[in-house]
Amino acid sequence: MSTMTFGRAINAGLRAAMEADPKVVLMGEDIGTLGGVFRITDGLKKDFGGQRVIDTPLAESGIMGTAVGLAFRGYRPVVEIQFDGFIYPAFDQIVCQVAKMHYRSRGTVNMPLTIRVPFGGGIGSPEHHSESPEAYFTHTSGLRVVSVSNPQDAYTMIQQAIASNDPVLYFEPKRRYHVKGEVNETLDGALPMGAARVVTEGTDVTLVTYGPLVMTAVDAAVAASDEGVSVEVIDLRSLSPVDFATVEASVRKTGRLVITHEAGQSGGVGAEISASITERCFDYLEHAPVRVTGFDVPYPSSKLEHHHLPDLDRILDGVDRAMRRPNSLSPLGTAGAAALEGAGL
Amino acid sequence: MRTDVSLHTPVRPPQDAGASASGPYVQLVRPDGSRAPSSYDHWVSDVDADQLRSLYEDMVIIRRIDTEATALQRQGQLGLWPPLLGQEAAQIGSARTLRPSDFVFGSYRENGVAWCRGVDPESLMRVWRGNAAAGWDPFTVNMAPTQVIIGAQALHAAGYGMGVVADGTDDAVITYFGDGATSQGDVNEAMVFAASFHTPVVFFCSNNQWAISEPVGLQAQVPIANRAPGFGIPSVRVDGNDVLAVMAVTREALERARSGGGPSFIEAVTYRMGPHTTADDPTRYRDAAELEEWRAKDPISRVEALLRAEGHFTEEFAASVAASADAVAAELRSSCINMPAPPALDIFAHVYAEPNSWLENQQADYERYLALYGAEGDGGTHPADNAGVNGESA
Repeated sequence: MSTMTFGRAINAGLRAAMEADPKVVLMGEDIGTLGGVFRITDGLKKDFGGQRVIDTPLAESGIMGTAVGLAFRGYRPVVEIQFDGFIYPAFDQIVCQVAKMHYRSRGTVNMPLTIRVPFGGGIGSPEHHSESPEAYFTHTSGLRVVSVSNPQDAYTMIQQAIASNDPVLYFEPKRRYHVKGEVNETLDGALPMGAARVVTEGTDVTLVTYGPLVMTAVDAAVAASDEGVSVEVIDLRSLSPVDFATVEASVRKTGRLVITHEAGQSGGVGAEISASITERCFDYLEHAPVRVTGFDVPYPSSKLEHHHLPDLDRILDGVDRAMRRPNSLSPLGTAGAAALEGAGL
Repeated sequence: MRTDVSLHTPVRPPQDAGASASGPYVQLVRPDGSRAPSSYDHWVSDVDADQLRSLYEDMVIIRRIDTEATALQRQGQLGLWPPLLGQEAAQIGSARTLRPSDFVFGSYRENGVAWCRGVDPESLMRVWRGNAAAGWDPFTVNMAPTQVIIGAQALHAAGYGMGVVADGTDDAVITYFGDGATSQGDVNEAMVFAASFHTPVVFFCSNNQWAISEPVGLQAQVPIANRAPGFGIPSVRVDGNDVLAVMAVTREALERARSGGGPSFIEAVTYRMGPHTTADDPTRYRDAAELEEWRAKDPISRVEALLRAEGHFTEEFAASVAASADAVAAELRSSCINMPAPPALDIFAHVYAEPNSWLENQQADYERYLALYGAEGDGGTHPADNAGVNGESA
């Protein structure tokens, strides 16, 4: 057990995977000598050489398409997309080639690619550097999509992703790279990659999230507890497939569901959770599922991003909606606002 | 208005010197079958009369496969077919130079290449009948599944070549694409990667003059082969209807690949004499005169003329080749018509290599549905099946 930052934990996980299997190769822009713009691959080229830590030309489709060819040759490429907003030029290769090659070849060709995507906002970046494109990929059959929320999972799940014979999109919340945590550097006792994790137990509301908002959700659960509301926080970890059994068991207990993510609302992961849990748990629900998400806008400029990103207060407001407590959508007008104020809310 | 006219006219017509069949290229046999002396002669100096007859036979057979498959499509037995009529020399001349351990990444039109790799007629039909997205096991013939996305496979070849370099073997990789694909980013990115990492990849562009209805002049303002040197890749332009010339330039490129010389680019100047696919009508966009001009350069009659001139084309040989082609066509027809429809639950197979809870739930639900309301494994109502029934009863 040792303490390390989130970013360092990914680095350690990559190193462990490379030591375990000589067919694991890393590819991406600036990942070698520089160690990546976030330094996640720092030191790996020095230790494993330029043929296993490959600085590529600046061409995202090229990186992804050549990774497909390497997989044909028996390699296990780990591709870094430098920033979330740069994944779109590689979209065709991901959804038409990476996702479908196993199916198309009737199971004879495996695509054990891991696609690392630093994603999400909150670091004051210019446009194209703070996006949450995960829903595009959860919609595509043949891909697995995961997101990590803490150093331990970052360390464990990168190795699980690399070991998987299926292609895995591994979404790293870049605003959490410097968060420190305890990491057990064995895989013993690790949950399987598709399993969700109950982070905080509670009895009144199930709060489902993943990636960068898990920490915020836990903070919200503490704050709600001060107001007498018991919130169960679930870290999905896997966005495709979602571990519905875990979410379902929680909602049957609490009767209320709130989902929060940075990505825009329409057609997002929250929409899928909401619909599927309603189908499965309709008779248990005390209130319609509530979504607290980014808005359906292009990612805003950094001076506005705090309005876009769900924060503790917006999540608590969503919990209040699920609990039918006074909230920002209550039909109370200005009198309601005064009532909220009076109630200390 | 003049501006409107210019906006709707291809930047250059297809017969423009920059992009068409004119201009210098490697040619060893003229359209009349006479030998054209060339500095490339030594690359095929070992090709004797028997080998030449074997090349001829392969070309005749794949043309016969093409004719039969086109007929099967017209009869409703195939959903679609992409004919290679006119491109036999480009496909046979290049594919016959490969070793079994080399790897091929082709498009949807490389049925002749697949034939050379040992793909059987039934497997050639499987995709176009709609039974599966791929016809063969890529690792038994070292040829990737049929690729429909234009140019995507060039990157796969470049990446496979990176793996070959890392493995330190002398395997080579060849990727086939058309003139239209050279407009795609992926083909250009593949050349960047192949050159940067010095991969043993042969880029084989079958410039058949037309990307569906768009002439090559809309894709290229200079000969396509001229682009590769800009990426640091040596290139050659070859008469794609001359099987010996194609063989010579491909051997040169493969030799470069195997000896650590990196990638090469071949532009095989040929002509797609039929439609793009059976869904296409080329009479809407091209002149009959153009077709006639190219018919005179037919790759098969050229080899026949050469063999005749050298006294190696007998009626007995012609009859034997025709019999072989007929036998392949008969097998293709019967295996196509008798190919069973896949079982219903095949739809769920091989989406993932490992278990997936979403898919397992959907499959379980659909199995229950079929048990109640459908006949599991009946293959459903497949358009080709219906057409087949109609065809048999007609």
